[in-house]
Amino acid sequence: MSKLKIAVVKMTGCAGCQMEFLRMEEEFLGLLENVEISYFVMAKRENHEGPYDVAFVEGSVSTPRELNELRELRKRSTTLVAFGDCASSGCVPSILNWIPPAVSARVYENFPLIHSKKESFQRVTPLRDFVEVDVELRGCPPRKELILEVLKSLLIGRKPCLKKYSVCMECKMNENVCLLTSEKRPCMGPVTQAGCGAICPTVGRVCEGCYGPMSDANAPSLAKEFMELCGMSEDDVVQKFRKYAGLDSKFEREAG
Amino acid sequence: MSLEKTVNVEYIPRVEGQGDLKIKVKGETAEVEFVVYEPPRFFEAFLTGRNFIEIHELTSRICGICPVSHQLAALKAVEKAMGVEVSDLTLSLRKLLHMGSHIQSHILNLYLLSAPDYLGYESIIPMAKDNLEIVKRALRLKKLGNDLVELVGGRAIHPVSTVVGGFTETPSKTALDSIKKRLMEAREDAIETVRFVSKFSYPDFERRCEHIALTKEGEYAINDGKLRSTEGLEIREEEYRACIKEEQVDYSWAKHSTVVGRGSYLVGPLARVNLSFNSMTELAKSLADEVGFKTPCYNPFKSLVARALEVLNLVDMSVEAIDNLNLKDERISERDFKPREGEGYAIVEAPRGILYHAYGFNGEGRVKWADIVTPTCQNAKNIEEDLKAFTPKISKMAAEDIALRSEMLVRAYDPCISCSVHAQLLS
Ligand code: SF4
Ligand code: SF4
Ligand code: SF4
Repeated sequence: MSKLKIAVVKMTGCAGCQMEFLRMEEEFLGLLENVEISYFVMAKRENHEGPYDVAFVEGSVSTPRELNELRELRKRSTTLVAFGDCASSGCVPSILNWIPPAVSARVYENFPLIHSKKESFQRVTPLRDFVEVDVELRGCPPRKELILEVLKSLLIGRKPCLKKYSVCMECKMNENVCLLTSEKRPCMGPVTQAGCGAICPTVGRVCEGCYGPMSDANAPSLAKEFMELCGMSEDDVVQKFRKYAGLDSKFEREAG
Repeated sequence: MSLEKTVNVEYIPRVEGQGDLKIKVKGETAEVEFVVYEPPRFFEAFLTGRNFIEIHELTSRICGICPVSHQLAALKAVEKAMGVEVSDLTLSLRKLLHMGSHIQSHILNLYLLSAPDYLGYESIIPMAKDNLEIVKRALRLKKLGNDLVELVGGRAIHPVSTVVGGFTETPSKTALDSIKKRLMEAREDAIETVRFVSKFSYPDFERRCEHIALTKEGEYAINDGKLRSTEGLEIREEEYRACIKEEQVDYSWAKHSTVVGRGSYLVGPLARVNLSFNSMTELAKSLADEVGFKTPCYNPFKSLVARALEVLNLVDMSVEAIDNLNLKDERISERDFKPREGEGYAIVEAPRGILYHAYGFNGEGRVKWADIVTPTCQNAKNIEEDLKAFTPKISKMAAEDIALRSEMLVRAYDPCISCSVHAQLLS
């Protein structure tokens, strides 16, 4: 079995996904026997142009420089992984897309100057809007077990098995009391893709939806529950959906 | 003939985020630009209108290396604004959470980002081949830091059990006991870390500049205290904006900070150790002695030694914190507090220096304005000043060597470039 040539690339994001990659402390030495890390600027000084078997791309696209880089990467990579929510659906920074440009322009004293120099798009756009994405690895960040699942599958040439069902399934497997039905708290679990192990409801916190929408999410129904059962205002519901995956078509209507 | 050399580092490797370096050395002087081209994410802009209960969750996404610091600074500011009092248990657990976060971040910098330079490798990957035991030690310590964060916060990166007013669930006694055991075993690793990094051959370079850190009587401050400096600054969190000025520069997306009436300044482990050396544990102090580290130290490269001493200090501080925990089953939920109109200001020590968060809220608890200043922003100008003083000293070297040594200086600061492109919302 030849080594898998990989690239870990950063676009507009917080580096949390790369940090999750580096959280493979116990797996690290074994990993090196099976993969060749060809490009990873945060961890290496010598970085190679490719081609790569797989590129993990963290972050969303928000400048022309990044867009060019993404297009190049697509050409040079057999498998392109949208690594985390920023890459898959814009994540928290995508809330900016609903903010009037006048508000964000106020953040630098001389915004036009910097804007023209650096050609900022000022919009946060997930990868799939520009290039074909082979695997969407959701989560903010996706836990390392999921990264390993992708790597292992590619090594043996099968499709990675990522969960399509909701966080509620994992929550039930942990035998939690439901926060939504029993405590009337606004939990995003029913429409959120599993994978995290339902860590939030398990420690008594409602799910905020950081693994993005599950495959056939019934968002309108949950939004209705939030208003009727939990007594949330429409504004609050919009804000709830406009957080990790507001740009995703499955949440589009609820995120306003 | 005066020597003139241009050195460009296009995408500074082994630091977090996207930035480059432009250096022009002319004899005894140098022009330096530390260019941050990481795109800004305008957190201060899109936080407006959001609910007070989610600010710490949203701001943790500023950074994947120090999400805990952002959460803690945001929570403290929000709680002040809302008049929320937290329990002693919450304060202790937050400190423990923060210590875990500092440990993992420091180990990342020391072993993965910085050490390869001093041992002559391009990264930890080839380094692991010849130095297996060292790398294993690094991975053990890093995992310990992450596990501590995960135990208290529910997740290592972007913790989940932290909420306004406290924690949704507190860790069990058994789990705390078992991590305490690991922390005690880690002391040897931490000692070895101090010895390991103090053997590196650091460039002989000093530049006296202002060092700023949180300080507290009788305690090594990381979560609260007063802001003090080596030049006599002494201010409360509310006074930060009156004493520190921020300016936009036209070549970089990170703003530059200066102390009003003075110049650039340094924040981070070196500043903390310089200002709070007396509050370190006896063991950390004796190790400092053993390796010949004296305060005040104005060699920015020696930030690595300060960082390693902090790891040792943190390991023992964490054990002590666990011993002193008055464990109760405390569960706070996101619905426990009612909003009110108000403003809140907070400063914590992130692994790479002081982090400032301030917010104004309306009566419904929605953000009216937000103001965040990250450590890397505060260090940005000082990094340039250091390079201006340092690169002329090595100007006879080949361009690649100047580049490498300048990078090493930048890595000593452990910049977190994604963090630095915050943006202040002007009224
Ligand atoms: S998905 Fe989350 S962890 Fe990953 S880069 Fe984006 S904000 Fe950071
Ligand atoms: S608590 Fe949330 S995730 Fe768990 S079952 Fe209820 S709705 Fe689903
Ligand atoms: S429970 Fe929800 S918010 Fe929490 S980690 Fe899982 S997906 Fe993210």
